[in-house]
Amino acid sequence: MLSTSTSTLVFWFLTILIVASALAVVLLRNIVHSALFLILTFVGIAGIYILLNAEFLAAVQILVYAGAIAILVVFAVMLTRRGDISESNLFNKNYLAAGVLCLALFILNTFLIGQTFWTIKSGEPPLNNVGAIADAFLGRYVLPFEVAAVLLLVAMVGAILLARGVNQDQ
Amino acid sequence: MLQQYGIIAIFLIGGALTAIAALLVNWIIRPKLPPVGSKLNTYECGLETQGPTWIQFKVSYFLYALVFLLFDVETVFLYPWAVRFQVLGLFAFIEMIIFISILVIGLWYAWKEGALKWQ
Repeated sequence: MLSTSTSTLVFWFLTILIVASALAVVLLRNIVHSALFLILTFVGIAGIYILLNAEFLAAVQILVYAGAIAILVVFAVMLTRRGDISESNLFNKNYLAAGVLCLALFILNTFLIGQTFWTIKSGEPPLNNVGAIADAFLGRYVLPFEVAAVLLLVAMVGAILLARGVNQDQ
Repeated sequence: MLQQYGIIAIFLIGGALTAIAALLVNWIIRPKLPPVGSKLNTYECGLETQGPTWIQFKVSYFLYALVFLLFDVETVFLYPWAVRFQVLGLFAFIEMIIFISILVIGLWYAWKEGALKWQ
């Protein structure tokens, strides 16, 4: 285990990274740059997961969010792009309402976190939680595991059908 | 366990510092004259671009991205299995073969529909 002070230091570094890049996502005027900072936010959150000993989640975060979702976001931007790209992520006249809504959501979340009674388990977290997940996947929860494959198959077929439909319309 | 990630962090910080240091050293030793003439060209050698460079992507790319996303999610399931491979044995191997073969049906469908064909 890392000492508590090092963990705190890493936590604050990651927090500043996440909040700064999330702000950059909102404030930058070029939406492709926003997408790149979104990837940085995802990577920072993966760091937080590692700090929490949730390595599997960190791997999923990097693989799926920083990898695939980010590519999807960039492609979606580049497919629907119109006009000048350097002026593609501007504030519109709803920014005040959006700001109030975000602030309300933030206060609500903070309030709920403060109200929740967190049970703190004593003892060390499991050393190898990826292995534990593997045992659960391929041992006890084998049927949900295979159903997940079917779900992915359905998602793939659906995605192809939708995207091909778009293709034929053009 | 976390200490091993410290090594990764050192690599990340070292990588970032290398890039920053290269730019910084270049900035320090370069002559600081206002750029004129061919210094303002985009490329030292190569053709100037014609028209806007931020062009719209072809829709076909999006299909690749979608299929990639789904196989990426499949990797998430493969990862714990690969970590535990030597302990889990034959039964888990067969389970994983079934899992992958269900997904290969999706790949076959994509192939059949011509989703992987460039047009």
